[in-house]
Amino acid sequence: MSIDLKTVKHISKLARISIDDEKANKLKGDLNNIFEFIEKLNELNTDKVQALTSIAETTLRFRKDEIKSENIREKILKNSPEENKDFFVVPKVVE
Amino acid sequence: MSEITSQSLFELTSNIKEKKLSSGEITKAFIDRAEKSKKLNVYVTDNFEKAIDQSKKFDSNPNFDLKLPGIPIAVKDLFCTNGVRTTAGSKILNNFVPTYESTVTQNLWSQGAILLGKLNCDEFAMGSSNETSFFGNVQNPVGENLVPGGSSGGSSAAVAANLTPVTIGTDTGGSIRQPASFTGTVGLKPTYGSCSRYGIVAFASSLDQAGPMTKNVRDCSMLLEVISSFDQKDSTSIDYKRNSYSKELSKDIKGKKIGIPKEYRVDNMPEEIEQLWKNGISYAKDCGAEIIDISLPHTNYALPTYYIVAPAEASSNLARYDGVKYGFRSPGQNLIEMYEKTRSEGFGDEVKRRIMIGTYVLSSGYYDAYYLKAQKVRQLIKKDFDDAFSKVDAILTPSTPSSAFKIGEKTNDPVSMYLNDIFTVPINLAGLPGISIPAGKDKNNYPLGLQVIGKPFDEQNILNISYALEDKINFKNDISDWWLSE
Repeated sequence: MSIDLKTVKHISKLARISIDDEKANKLKGDLNNIFEFIEKLNELNTDKVQALTSIAETTLRFRKDEIKSENIREKILKNSPEENKDFFVVPKVVE
Repeated sequence: MSEITSQSLFELTSNIKEKKLSSGEITKAFIDRAEKSKKLNVYVTDNFEKAIDQSKKFDSNPNFDLKLPGIPIAVKDLFCTNGVRTTAGSKILNNFVPTYESTVTQNLWSQGAILLGKLNCDEFAMGSSNETSFFGNVQNPVGENLVPGGSSGGSSAAVAANLTPVTIGTDTGGSIRQPASFTGTVGLKPTYGSCSRYGIVAFASSLDQAGPMTKNVRDCSMLLEVISSFDQKDSTSIDYKRNSYSKELSKDIKGKKIGIPKEYRVDNMPEEIEQLWKNGISYAKDCGAEIIDISLPHTNYALPTYYIVAPAEASSNLARYDGVKYGFRSPGQNLIEMYEKTRSEGFGDEVKRRIMIGTYVLSSGYYDAYYLKAQKVRQLIKKDFDDAFSKVDAILTPSTPSSAFKIGEKTNDPVSMYLNDIFTVPINLAGLPGISIPAGKDKNNYPLGLQVIGKPFDEQNILNISYALEDKINFKNDISDWWLSE
């Protein structure tokens, strides 16, 4: 299997990372090398193996649904890239 | 009394408790040395001014019952520290100042420790040489232009160079143990679920663990005792009774069964590592341990499995960096363009590469072939260890397939870089505890490490085995301070 330039562009779109043609070509080479290495897994027959979904083998705990933090608006907005005291500001989304 | 900065954590805490040293003296000594050690590039952000204030505050009202009384400690820049910039080695978090504290760092401060600063690391902990950091390479104090390992490269270099008494790193596929091995220091990755992941910048959530990096095994047990705790804020934190690791530390390993896995004998492994391993085995025998040959048949599949699972989880975890709520933002004509430009300019090449791998293996039509397949092989790898641990108490292996390499030597070949973690990755996949201790040197006089792997929650056992081996090995790092400036 090999990954072509069109696939690289498609993945970059899914990952929301813009890349130019030069970078895409470089990535194509890297990804093909890495996937060639990954293909080794196909040597193994895993038809009867159950996938490992949790390493800790514990069930998630329940907790009471209660408010523990109040007045954290300022804290949450503190690292906002564009200043506004009440909201996160982004480019216009709705025309 | 030896020079302050070369003292172990054990010595420093004893000297503070016996009032032979003050927190202020110790803190100042480490800061003075850091000012002369800029060439190593271990710090991304220092906290020196506040540290001095805090040390004075400690001295004016000392509490000697604490486990880290007035001890200054620098930590990997992957732990969120309230009010102190936390970058994860990335441009995308270059201006991020957390408004909350990670649980493991909070555990340090609650026991009296003082934050010295934030240590360089590979971007989002993705790397094995600290070369993917937005803030530049770190020099290994062992020798000029050598990598300190990664991703906790600033941490390993800082401990080896006596710039912090101890530190904490994180380990997703070897990021504590490999740099410890490259710098002649001790590094422990605890059992998954031992140390809270709350407030640690996430890379691969089913693999990430925080752990101690220290000069010796005793310090390692002291630090683990402080950072390991059950935490409601981490849904995978496990509630079990933790040992008093430092109190229960013992060199008596008589009758312990130690497994030697034949699959860890890889092609092109330097003869020195083979020899180091043999020495380790004979030391273990000298201590009365029983050596048993074992097999971990799926070892060779661990790295390919890791390079599906870790990037898949990373691509999900790093989806949050979109330039909206925090971090770097690159303006765009519309929202999508803003996302794409922000992520393109904010992430470095290795991080983008891994996000792309992860996005691909999770994308429609490929999930079963890659991600599900990898989760099945991960089960087989875990079963290998389960089987082995029905026969042995611990497993002894080399930590890495080579010693530290030159800066720039492997940056153009991702796969050869990934092979660094061949002995450490299986332990993360199986969620086990593993420790690397310095065990000897290669022909260039660069340190090499041995790894002791334990059963889940059996940190005490691998600490004890390491403590016994450390005594026999009697490793000396003899670093020359070549980087010091006036």
